Amino acid sequence: MRSIRAAAAGAVTLSLALAATACGGGSATGGGSNDSPKTLTYWASNQGAGIEVDKKVLQPELDKFEKQTGIKVKLEVVPWSDLLNRILTATTSGQGPDVLNIGNTWSASLQATGALLPWDTGNFGKIGGRDRFVDSALGSTGAEGKDPAAVPLYSMSYALYYNKKMLADAGISKPPATWDELVADGRKLSKDGKWALGMEGSNPSENIHHAFVFAKQHGADFFTADGKADFTSDGTVAAVKQYVDLMAKDKVIAPGNAEYAQNQSVSDFAKGKTAMLLWQSASANLASQGMSEDAYGIAPVPVQSGTPGTGKQVNSMVAGINLAVFKNTDNTDGATKFVKFMTSDAEQKILNNAYSTIPPVKSAQADAAFATPANAVLKDTLAKSAVALPQVADESQFETAVGTAIKGLFADAAAGRPVTTASVKAALEKAQQQMPAA
Amino acid sequence: MTTTAQAERPAVRKSPPGAAHGPRRRTGRIHRVGLPYLLLLPALLLELLVHLVPMVIGIVMSFKELTQFYIRDWGAAPWSALDNYKVSVDFDAPVGEALLHSFLVTVAFTLLSVGLCWLIGTAAAVFMQDTFRGRGLLRALFLVPYALPVYAAVITWVFMFQHDNGLVNHVLHDQLGLTDKPSFWLIGDNSFIALLTVSVWKGWPFAFLIVMAGLQNIPRELYEAAALDGAGVWQQIRRITLPSLRPVNQVLVLVLFLWTFNDFNTPFVLFGRTAPEAADLISVHIYQASFVTWNFGTGSAMSVLLLLFLLVTGGYLVLTSRGRRSAS
Repeated sequence: MRSIRAAAAGAVTLSLALAATACGGGSATGGGSNDSPKTLTYWASNQGAGIEVDKKVLQPELDKFEKQTGIKVKLEVVPWSDLLNRILTATTSGQGPDVLNIGNTWSASLQATGALLPWDTGNFGKIGGRDRFVDSALGSTGAEGKDPAAVPLYSMSYALYYNKKMLADAGISKPPATWDELVADGRKLSKDGKWALGMEGSNPSENIHHAFVFAKQHGADFFTADGKADFTSDGTVAAVKQYVDLMAKDKVIAPGNAEYAQNQSVSDFAKGKTAMLLWQSASANLASQGMSEDAYGIAPVPVQSGTPGTGKQVNSMVAGINLAVFKNTDNTDGATKFVKFMTSDAEQKILNNAYSTIPPVKSAQADAAFATPANAVLKDTLAKSAVALPQVADESQFETAVGTAIKGLFADAAAGRPVTTASVKAALEKAQQQMPAA
Repeated sequence: MTTTAQAERPAVRKSPPGAAHGPRRRTGRIHRVGLPYLLLLPALLLELLVHLVPMVIGIVMSFKELTQFYIRDWGAAPWSALDNYKVSVDFDAPVGEALLHSFLVTVAFTLLSVGLCWLIGTAAAVFMQDTFRGRGLLRALFLVPYALPVYAAVITWVFMFQHDNGLVNHVLHDQLGLTDKPSFWLIGDNSFIALLTVSVWKGWPFAFLIVMAGLQNIPRELYEAAALDGAGVWQQIRRITLPSLRPVNQVLVLVLFLWTFNDFNTPFVLFGRTAPEAADLISVHIYQASFVTWNFGTGSAMSVLLLLFLLVTGGYLVLTSRGRRSAS
């Protein structure tokens, strides 16, 4: 009995000691080095319909890279819900991947942490120069006046996806080009359990993307020129109200969408429950849900009046994915080589084709594959009428604070409570007070 | 053998009456009793390290201005003295106000959840005392919510609470017609009810299990004697069952209180990273204050405040239970 107890205590001690040393393992290097030139760890964001899809797309390319350079890339596809947390943890602990994908709206926030390798002229030189990239894509790689924290990898823009048959059945000959037309068409479409438009009311980021564009169309901005939060101007309040009113007043969005946050609106659209959807690069996703490509059309996102352009005619954010190098990498040269590989013309064509995104590399964009009618709309929007979200260090806090406020407003609208200018203003005021004092 | 006996004899004579063992046997006993503790010591030290070090780091963080500009190099983060705490408890300003609101929601939620868990668990345990056919099956069935992995259980509830296709609305609205129109359960004010439902559903089997174990220790004779004296079922429960369960209940309520108050999984899986205001529990609120807004200093300060509150409440519960036990 005694010996058993002693043995058990010894075993516990030993295992704890082992666990403790295991936790302490790994090397935390302060800056970049080239200690392990033969391996790289790459965190890819989830671009395909599922993580397995991404692995299937990326692995052959990584194998190609290994054949060319002898560097083995360990791939991990990180779901969007975890990606930012994972990056923050990696930043805090100094132990992360060598190369990683980031949402381009996070660029300035992550740049402020100093965790990412700055792309100065020297570093850009190693991957063929800054001029290879489209300007609008470079516009969301970090704060203005600073060396970019990442390079553009995939570009996307919002577009209006519409179900051809449903629009034709309702006697609508062409997709709406202005919001007034959308509401008028929407009233015809929203009946018998079907609805005109789908959206994700409980997803703060989606809310921000739309609110930002609406604000632009009202000539307003959520940040002042010197980067201070300014959520409660007449323009932003009107913008948010117009967005929420699509459900509250115009009733062209099903109330149930207020609790959507997991791309349910894409499924609804694929199943023909909603006739229109504002989405970025939805083609691959729709295909995986069994919607054939000729069943839907793609049109530019509506504007207040006239045609999409700059200034008040903006109709999309510059959406996209950037590729960044973690400053703590112990294979800086290899990481740079990998970025060069991923942004090369050949890889850009393959990858952007697979994800139905637009290459941010000029020479790849010119390829015929990106001149299809669907891609033309996205490409046109990116080139002419898309604006980058504010590149300020507080961008992620803005997404959370304002995105959550709009989620609350949609909850009100869904429950049938009135959404007024005053209630929108109050919600935005509260969001602004949550922002860190600049 | 003889030498031991000889050596022991004088010792026995010297020792005061009543002491049974000699000094040599006593040191032997100390050795024997001490050995396991000695062997456990390294484990204990590591345990302290594993538990205490993160707590100390958290407390240190709460005095720093640890925002996104400094997370890469904590050492460089400036000391902010009590600023994080001032922001957290300034109830006139939005951050403090939101924290207070979240705290009150959590207190209300915890009281209701613990109360209901205890009530349902105790009632079920008392009913299950009598033997009947299928009792074992029912007992096993009752424990299922407790045995299920949290994520799997709560995500099922998320599907059931959905507005358009959820089972709850289907039953309440479509079949029973209790509501005028389908209700929202995962956003807006109803989210509190949804959260409470899931929490009680998940928590009561534990109360049931503990109370059932406690009931086994109450001697049957007490009930027989009470029945002879003419006490009814209700009186037996009030005068025998509940008083006998008191020590069990005290531990049970303390544990349930701590679990429920700190519960992160349930609201996080139900509502995601931004909980609706009506169900904004403090654990998720702190998570949002630190991870989502990247202000780890303020988040830590809020955590320390929460820790203090729980220490005070937990200490109070433990102390009062001990006082009462010695009094009774």
